[in-house]
Amino acid sequence: MRVHVDSSKCQGHNRCYALAPELFDVDDLGNAFELNDGIVPSGLEDKARLAVANCPEFAITIED
Amino acid sequence: MSETIYGPVTDWATDFDHGSPAYNNNIHQIWDDLKAAGCPIAHTERYGGVWLPLTHDLVKEIAYDPTRFSSLTPVVQQLKPSEARLEDPDALGAPIGPVPPISSDPPFHADARRILLPAFSPKQIDPLRKEVEEICNKLIDDMGDVDSIDAAVQYTQHIPVLVVAQMVGLPLSDADRFRGWVDMVLGGIGAERSEERLAQFMAMDEYLTKHIEDHIENPQDDLTTYLLNAEIFGEKLSPRHVFGTILLLIIAGIDTTWSGIGSSLWHLASNPIDRRRLVENPDKIPAATEEFLRAYAPVTMARMVTEDMEFHGVQMKKEDRVLLPFPAANRDEKQFANPAVVDIEREENRHSAFGLGIHRCIGSNLARLEMNVAIEVFLKRFPDFELDMTEQVTWSTGQVRGPRNLPFKIKTRA
Repeated sequence: MRVHVDSSKCQGHNRCYALAPELFDVDDLGNAFELNDGIVPSGLEDKARLAVANCPEFAITIED
Repeated sequence: MSETIYGPVTDWATDFDHGSPAYNNNIHQIWDDLKAAGCPIAHTERYGGVWLPLTHDLVKEIAYDPTRFSSLTPVVQQLKPSEARLEDPDALGAPIGPVPPISSDPPFHADARRILLPAFSPKQIDPLRKEVEEICNKLIDDMGDVDSIDAAVQYTQHIPVLVVAQMVGLPLSDADRFRGWVDMVLGGIGAERSEERLAQFMAMDEYLTKHIEDHIENPQDDLTTYLLNAEIFGEKLSPRHVFGTILLLIIAGIDTTWSGIGSSLWHLASNPIDRRRLVENPDKIPAATEEFLRAYAPVTMARMVTEDMEFHGVQMKKEDRVLLPFPAANRDEKQFANPAVVDIEREENRHSAFGLGIHRCIGSNLARLEMNVAIEVFLKRFPDFELDMTEQVTWSTGQVRGPRNLPFKIKTRA
């Protein structure tokens, strides 16, 4: 599983970073990006889905 | 000047008044009735003409379209923008607006916002947790050993004022004065214009001008000095820009969060099962806070129509205002399962309490921290409390909705 933050949609709500800091980080302006090329380590799939389900801008996508 | 309409509302679909006490007191019923009557966009001739879209799709479309919907006037008051400019010719017009960047449009907006963003990123805000905890605990210590409290007057209203004053470098002893001004600016939008209101505006103006002058002479380690040193397009910010941004931080940072904390505590006082769940599992507070933000989102923003146009079947005119009720979008059944049910363990929660698009609330990380800590400390110190039914809960008026009186009976304390 891989996650991806579309930086043109992200407005810095920081929900992904709060819910899944293992998968996402934020820059100095508060914009999010995926860690480790977006690869979701085994066991963190639910956290990845939670991040997607809580992004108000629909900026995060998952690829299986 | 256009004719100003006052008096009771006759029909919420065609004559609503978002500044009347009746609106915030009955807000969920009003939206439900409008939607049930097949009215996704309500209108009023009051305030020079305002539209009120109610669905998530409409609110999102407007928030994402700064070309046709300008942010010049984030608060819809009695004066139309062109009339306000006549009264204050020095005020900054589009695309900057009086309180940048909330009142700014692209392309200026992004640059003005970029100056502020680093100060509000999670990595800057998270370390403030201890300070917020101390503020909250001290407010509870100060209540003494009493069984009846007003949690709004004695607790929620103080927390954001003290945090913001510290960030901006304003004396904490003046906190009551800023809160009074914020209440006047935001709570009095439906009020008739009076000498008293004007005098208060002037007092606020003078106070902040002096605050900025003091910081020019004696730089401090705070946001005011930071703004005075900041540059945009290779030049220092204009004094009017610095003034507007500081005014914005005070206005936007205070009664919004005060309202968010208040609505959360009101819910917990009214719902003992939820209260017990959070007392027993404080780790569930952050998710509960998100649900309180969804269900009781405090802030409705506004835009100004930039050109005559048809929008989803209604004819909008240039300079009409459009309210952006994020709280109504958060109760759209197309977007949320069982939106009227407050489920503190809701997993899928794409609420827009902090707005959508380029104007996402810049203080959202701070607001969330204050809400989480304020709820956590309150539940720790008062594990059991309920509404005091002999007293009245009162709600704010205007575009920021939250309880202004929260009479509680304290049943146990720790």
